[in-house]
Amino acid sequence: MQQIQSGCGRRATPSVLLSLTHPNKELFLRQRALLRKAVPAGFPSPADDYVQQRLSLDEHLVQHKESTFFMRVSGDSMRGLGIFDGDLLVVDRSVRATHGCVVVAVVDGEFTVKQLLHTPEGKVLRAAHPDYSDIPIMPEQDFEIWGVVTWNVHKHTP
Amino acid sequence: MQRAIALVDCNNFYVSCERLFQPKLEGKPVVVLSNNDGCVVSCSREIKELGIKIGTPWFQLRDIARQYGIVSFSSNYTLYADLSNRVMSLLSQFSPDQEVYSIDESFLDLTGIPGRHGDYGQQIRVTIRRCVGIPVCIGIAPSKTLAKLANHIAKKQTMYRGVCNFNAMVAAELDSLLSGIEVGEVWGIGRRITSRLKMMGIHTVLDLKRAPAKRIRAEFGVVTERTAAELNGECCLELEGVTSPRQQIICSRSFGSLLSSLSDLEQAVIAYVSRAAEKLRSERSVAGGIQVYIRTNPHRERDPQYRQSILMALSSPTDNTRLLCHAALTGLRQIYRTGFSYQKAGVMLTEILPASARPRSLFDDIDAQQRSASLMSTLDRINRRMGSGTMQLLGEGLRKDWAMKRGSLSQRCTTEWGELPSVQALVECRNGKRHE
Repeated sequence: MQQIQSGCGRRATPSVLLSLTHPNKELFLRQRALLRKAVPAGFPSPADDYVQQRLSLDEHLVQHKESTFFMRVSGDSMRGLGIFDGDLLVVDRSVRATHGCVVVAVVDGEFTVKQLLHTPEGKVLRAAHPDYSDIPIMPEQDFEIWGVVTWNVHKHTP
Repeated sequence: MQRAIALVDCNNFYVSCERLFQPKLEGKPVVVLSNNDGCVVSCSREIKELGIKIGTPWFQLRDIARQYGIVSFSSNYTLYADLSNRVMSLLSQFSPDQEVYSIDESFLDLTGIPGRHGDYGQQIRVTIRRCVGIPVCIGIAPSKTLAKLANHIAKKQTMYRGVCNFNAMVAAELDSLLSGIEVGEVWGIGRRITSRLKMMGIHTVLDLKRAPAKRIRAEFGVVTERTAAELNGECCLELEGVTSPRQQIICSRSFGSLLSSLSDLEQAVIAYVSRAAEKLRSERSVAGGIQVYIRTNPHRERDPQYRQSILMALSSPTDNTRLLCHAALTGLRQIYRTGFSYQKAGVMLTEILPASARPRSLFDDIDAQQRSASLMSTLDRINRRMGSGTMQLLGEGLRKDWAMKRGSLSQRCTTEWGELPSVQALVECRNGKRHE
């Protein structure tokens, strides 16, 4: 014992000594860790009874998780409705597209985001940009409403 | 009450998944290839019309592909799994009893559901198509075996508009349909039994249905007898409900090229363990053992062949990637032999239990366990948020020479923030010319 103590120098703490003399050093360290675990004590929080699940943006934005997809906007033709280049669209396929809905449509095989309007002349897709004219939907045209845009997520920090 | 079992099967599932995010491929010939782009695993109707079958090696199709403008994809299982989960989850709302049979097939028990089941089937079909965008066909019948055949007919014969209900048919109508299907199409009747049945003069499904049960049992045993009983409308195979928690998690892949050095194999094994451990943690489970296996390519007959596996027990069940890797690598070094060209490696986590049921020992180092648990959950969070593979063990290697060949992989549109589908909001002038 004396030898070990001198070998460790004067600042050796008792637990180090113990560990060195312990027949199984690893076992000792594990036991010590177990004994050191804090035991919960003190007063219970007065708010315990009132704890609720924190708000989840995911649950708020996604009503139907099976039919909801996310898409990235490319271009600025919808800025009049607050949809900008790089925005994240929440698109729900289960929602019925009605007059005034912002939709993701497939026109000639490409995804495009537009506002759907029912006019006396029939359905049209309208961009929210002055430089842009309406696309009337012709019966013979390759066209499909892919989904309805339910939310738009725009990032404000650079 | 008559049993009504529906089999819902997605049409050309992998191709339909690819088309959902690339609508311009609608109506074009599309194939999806197996891992390492080996052979065709899913093809569109246009491909089937060219006489190309599932399983055809891709290299044999190069010329015809150029000629017909065939679009090929590497298999994007990440995307298919997500879309499959969406389909299955929606289907579960249509029946209290569901058996998910495969990635693209599910049985539903419609027994006792009021109304005409054919109409109900159409409603299911429309819902899946609208909500997930995947076309499905449905077969309804008093047994699972018949439901499979009803589905087969719903797929082949367009007059049924995707839903074929055997229960709504009179016996003569059903029998005439069954007489038009080869006996080999029946669920559970393999190639061997088919050829023996044909020698007995049983060629069509109807022949098998009408064959004397005793004779079938004497020739083929009780399983085939049960199949014949199911063809007669007797429900012998019940739906297997919720699968018990998994017993094992497997991650194995063929390499993009043959590997011979231990260090290359180590990298691959570390990557597979990382993937399996991530899956393990996502299910809040721990594993008590890990099996590692390696093998050469059995199809290169002139090469020396070697295959070996080893099971490593863990001192206590864990979900820690580093501990699992350590065990797997120790095992790999024991089974590795020089002088072989390895084609495939795999790892399997075994003795899986819920983390909450992990046996504790008095000597567990709780501090270290908590530190490692928070390290692992941080790792998983980063990879979920920034894309899988953002943070990995360095041992997995950065060059990944062993990685699968997936030359034409589509984007993981539903699981990676960086791979979302892009939707155009380009500004067009009135004269139709695009700028921006």
